[in-house]
Amino acid sequence: MNEPTRPLPRANELDTQEFWAATKNKELRYQQCDGCNTVVFYPRRHCTGCTSGNLTWKLSKGFGTVYTFSVVRQSYHPFFRGKVPYAVAWIELEEGPRILSNVIDVDDPLVDVQISMKVELVWEEHEEINIPLFKPVD
Amino acid sequence: MKQRDAAIVGIHEYQSRDVEGKVSALQIKAESAARALEDAGLSWSDVDAIYDAGDGGGMNGLTIAEYFGLKPTVIDTTNVGGSSYEFHAAHAKRDIASGKANAALLTYGSTAHSNARAIGVGGAGGAGRHPADNMDVFSGMTLVANYAMVAHRHMHDYGTTSEQLAEISIATRCHAMRNPDAVRAMEDLEFLDIRETTIDDVTNSRMIADPLHLLECCMISDGGGAVVIASPEVAKNCRKTPVWVLGSGEATKYPQAGGDITASAGAYSGAQAFGEAGITPAEIDIAMIYDSFSITVMVLLEDLGFCKKGEGGAWVEGGRLRFDRPSDGPALNTDGGGLSSNHPGMRGIFLLIEAARQLRGESCSQVPDAKLAVAHGNGGMLGSRHAAGTIIMGRD
Ligand SMILES: [Zn+2]
Repeated sequence: MNEPTRPLPRANELDTQEFWAATKNKELRYQQCDGCNTVVFYPRRHCTGCTSGNLTWKLSKGFGTVYTFSVVRQSYHPFFRGKVPYAVAWIELEEGPRILSNVIDVDDPLVDVQISMKVELVWEEHEEINIPLFKPVD
Repeated sequence: MKQRDAAIVGIHEYQSRDVEGKVSALQIKAESAARALEDAGLSWSDVDAIYDAGDGGGMNGLTIAEYFGLKPTVIDTTNVGGSSYEFHAAHAKRDIASGKANAALLTYGSTAHSNARAIGVGGAGGAGRHPADNMDVFSGMTLVANYAMVAHRHMHDYGTTSEQLAEISIATRCHAMRNPDAVRAMEDLEFLDIRETTIDDVTNSRMIADPLHLLECCMISDGGGAVVIASPEVAKNCRKTPVWVLGSGEATKYPQAGGDITASAGAYSGAQAFGEAGITPAEIDIAMIYDSFSITVMVLLEDLGFCKKGEGGAWVEGGRLRFDRPSDGPALNTDGGGLSSNHPGMRGIFLLIEAARQLRGESCSQVPDAKLAVAHGNGGMLGSRHAAGTIIMGRD
């Protein structure tokens, strides 16, 4: 039997496909409106701040802070049940968007993950796309 | 109390929480509907409006009327998760007030337990097609973790403790132990230790997703229920005392840059509902608040205005939420709640049912002379995108 794998997004979902395509080049992208400057995230085709906006893809530098997190102790998912305990977190990127992800590369997530700690992007490599995870800033 | 547009006249809570796969969700809905109509002294033919969240499956807007054998002239299929029934009650009040309906039927049925659906810890649900799901799917965020992230930030910002959150669990369990149906539910679902609990019991129970412990998480049961809402003219001839729907509010909230995860859509729906009813939280005797987790209630007590944002921890201390402390503010979830009585996935209908029981004087944990109640449903996930429905209810 194959090893259970992390559940992955669908690369052809129409609102988010450009976001996921950019991850092939290890780029974390978000959208901003040329007209009203609204930052749009999760990705969409329309501006949520105005009705006429043109959205431009921007590149995040990949730095942020942990807005909040939880350490998951119990999961029935075939992949994640082998990963407990692991940290799920809302990461606030310096550019504004909040992204749901994991904080990895810590000895013990129960001790080493804190609200407001600085984190940076680290990519988990997959065949078609890459997954944006975060680790503490050195 | 201003509005006398519509009243809850019939209620039924399906008794079993474990149907062992022998009864379907649709059958639970139909039986509950029949019992609620009997409770009101009405029959199927009196119903002219149907409200349905799709829990019976299929294309519910066109199939549920046939299943019940009705010819409704108002059909509302609002589905906002567990808060659907507060939205339905709000819409029924509106439709009755406008003259479009005279008797509205709300039903719920679920076999979540029989289906062995692990609602709380199943991992992110498949490879979602909705763009929001397509962004979240890789993270392994369980439902419990979603709410736990709210609790963590609440603790960080306001100093709230696990002991304070546990107050919500123990008050609810205290009420559950007085409700024979809740005790049977805990037996059928094989709860290990069926008794009143202490703060230590809660904080010593297994951590599911930090900082939420097992005894801060709702059960996963089968179940269902029904509510009949009618015009004043119909209510006049019903068997039971009318429970008036005095005000309602609806809102949603979702993650935004710079947003505050410790504040829910309930702040908006609550203000609307209290404003429409013309009353204040201080006047409320019964607070039926969706207790998917302890933190849900903590956040909502604040957002509904029982105390200020961030002060919920201190406010709930000392057993304040129990039914036998009426001078200290409202009694919480006097049926035993989703934590200890009934949670088949979308609990919102039970909030209306128990609030109506209290205002009729029929609760197992009756608050003497209860006059005003709030039922607040939270649908979706508190820590990301969710819906809030608030209903204010009162008796003559
Ligand atoms: Zn714009």
